[in-house]
Amino acid sequence: MSGKKRKLMKVYPIEENCISCRYCEVACTMVHSKSKDPVKAYKLENLLPRATVEVKGAVSLSLMCRHCKHPFCFDSCISGAIQVDEKGQVHLDEEKCVGCWNCVLVCPFGAAHPYIREEKRHSFKCDLCGDRGFPACVEACPNKALVYDYER
Amino acid sequence: MLFKKPQVAFYPFMVLRDDYKCIRCKSCVDQCSFDATYYDEDLDMVLNRHENCVNCKRCEAFCPTDAIKVIKNPSTFHPDANWTAEALRDIHTQMLTGAVILTSTGNDKPIRNYFDHLLLDACQVTNPPIDPLREPMELKTFIGRKSDQLEFDEDGISIKTTIGKQLELEIPVLFSAMSYGSINLNLQKAMARAAKEFGTYWNTGEGGLHKSLREFKDCTIVQVASGRFGVDLEYLETSAAIEIKIGQGAKPGIGGHLPGEKVNEGIAETRMIPVGSDAISPAPHHDIYSIEDLRQLIYALKEATNYEKPVFVKIAAVHNVAAIACGIAHAGADAVVIDGVRGGTGATPKSLRDHVGIPIELAIAAVDDRLRKEGLRNEVSLIAAGGFRNAVDVLKAIALGADAVYIGTVAKIAAGCTQCQQCHTGRCAWGITTNDPKLAKRLNPDIVAENLYNLLRAWAHDIKELLGAMGINAIESIKGNRLRLRSWGLTEQENKILGVLPAGM
Repeated sequence: MSGKKRKLMKVYPIEENCISCRYCEVACTMVHSKSKDPVKAYKLENLLPRATVEVKGAVSLSLMCRHCKHPFCFDSCISGAIQVDEKGQVHLDEEKCVGCWNCVLVCPFGAAHPYIREEKRHSFKCDLCGDRGFPACVEACPNKALVYDYER
Repeated sequence: MLFKKPQVAFYPFMVLRDDYKCIRCKSCVDQCSFDATYYDEDLDMVLNRHENCVNCKRCEAFCPTDAIKVIKNPSTFHPDANWTAEALRDIHTQMLTGAVILTSTGNDKPIRNYFDHLLLDACQVTNPPIDPLREPMELKTFIGRKSDQLEFDEDGISIKTTIGKQLELEIPVLFSAMSYGSINLNLQKAMARAAKEFGTYWNTGEGGLHKSLREFKDCTIVQVASGRFGVDLEYLETSAAIEIKIGQGAKPGIGGHLPGEKVNEGIAETRMIPVGSDAISPAPHHDIYSIEDLRQLIYALKEATNYEKPVFVKIAAVHNVAAIACGIAHAGADAVVIDGVRGGTGATPKSLRDHVGIPIELAIAAVDDRLRKEGLRNEVSLIAAGGFRNAVDVLKAIALGADAVYIGTVAKIAAGCTQCQQCHTGRCAWGITTNDPKLAKRLNPDIVAENLYNLLRAWAHDIKELLGAMGINAIESIKGNRLRLRSWGLTEQENKILGVLPAGM
């Protein structure tokens, strides 16, 4: 696989266009909730966004899983919760995850996040909105700062 | 409010927040460029400093859960028709600062808008209306000097007369002068792209032409103002026309001042001044004290550009605007641009914005009349500016006698502006009148260029529909055709100045 471009679509942030409005975060949380309602997703379901906006001065961008060619998270996963499919998408099975935080630790982009609530303990990351067919963050972005495109 | 001057407590706007809907995403905190919103970690709440709120509505627009409403502070001063809240606040500001009150955008006082008192005609029975979707309809307009009469060859068919360079407009609407510095490059880029695509023109303003915009040469009007920023031969040649700016509707009789802290590298290079130095446009052109002096500058510019560029002269609509416009026509300008009292600006003393100048409607009528009487109307085109809100205003202006119309505020609003009057602070939360890199990138030229194109397209459709109803199939036929206008609610004197009959006559 190495050297060849994969036929994998993923989300690319465009730093010059990002206005740090956090629509991507809220859209992400909303579509991954049961209620599909942003207020309930945050307040009742205690969900967190998989895409996070990083801001430093004038620079900002939305950060989410890069679906690496050689995912460190996959190498470090002790429970087999992280799998790479034939297209190259990196999947994280939240049921299988035991919450050892190895992926959180090794991800060079900080795109895997820990989720800790009383009854639940697992990591989570961008799943490219597999159920939806099109990433919600890209659809929500008001300034064309996110594009869903083939790997470059 | 502790440790603040008591007057600061009388703030005009408030941010209402529905705490149940607030999900603490902190979008509003990041979007607010006036430090009116902050997140308190201990309370886990988003809170406000109402006294800083300018009602730009950025937070409201970007709240993903619609939890925010910016409202007028319900706490009022004692009701008084003379000592209004504005009057009191202005006194507070001046008493605390000892300075002139700076503001921006256009005049917000209820000066009569004559466009709202003019009604258009339509065809019924005796003359048929035209359906613009089925029949050709022409909005093409040419700006520039037209010859006195046509001369023909011996064959009596071929025209011997030649005319100077004309600007060809697909719609009689141009984007008005807004300089790089007062607005950022992104909006200029968007205007240039939209103008090029639609077949009209944009104006650089007095801040020079950034090198990245040189490719838009053929749809660019370059401005030469009293500060002469960015003016060299290459600048003059990278244009479709040259505009000499004498005055501006929002601040007739005064110059401009771009504070040094706003002069970044791009602006410095474009304006040809050192980074961080104040860019001051003097009130007068120091080489123009008469019509003869103006003629010298017009012809110096024509000479420099090999008589290939039309030269416009822009003035504010002041009391004796008609006589001045005639002088400009005599001086050899190809077009006179008149900016009315409602014209916008990036910074002006409030007293000037609100109290100096006359409405553009009256100015158009007066100038058109005078130019006709003097037999000069064909020698100059008349471009009106200042407070045009929609296609109907444009059409009414043309019926009053203008050739074309400049729009600036409309372009800004299409880019997100909510008219909060804070352009002069350089903190525009919508990324329009700021060059702060964090804020300026909020204006995406790709998106705004499309919006502006759509707007021109919509206005073109609107004008065509109205022309069709009047049974006219070319914009030329309504130009100065005041018989197709009627007024309502105006005095006899106002009707006389506008040259229109009252409705019913």
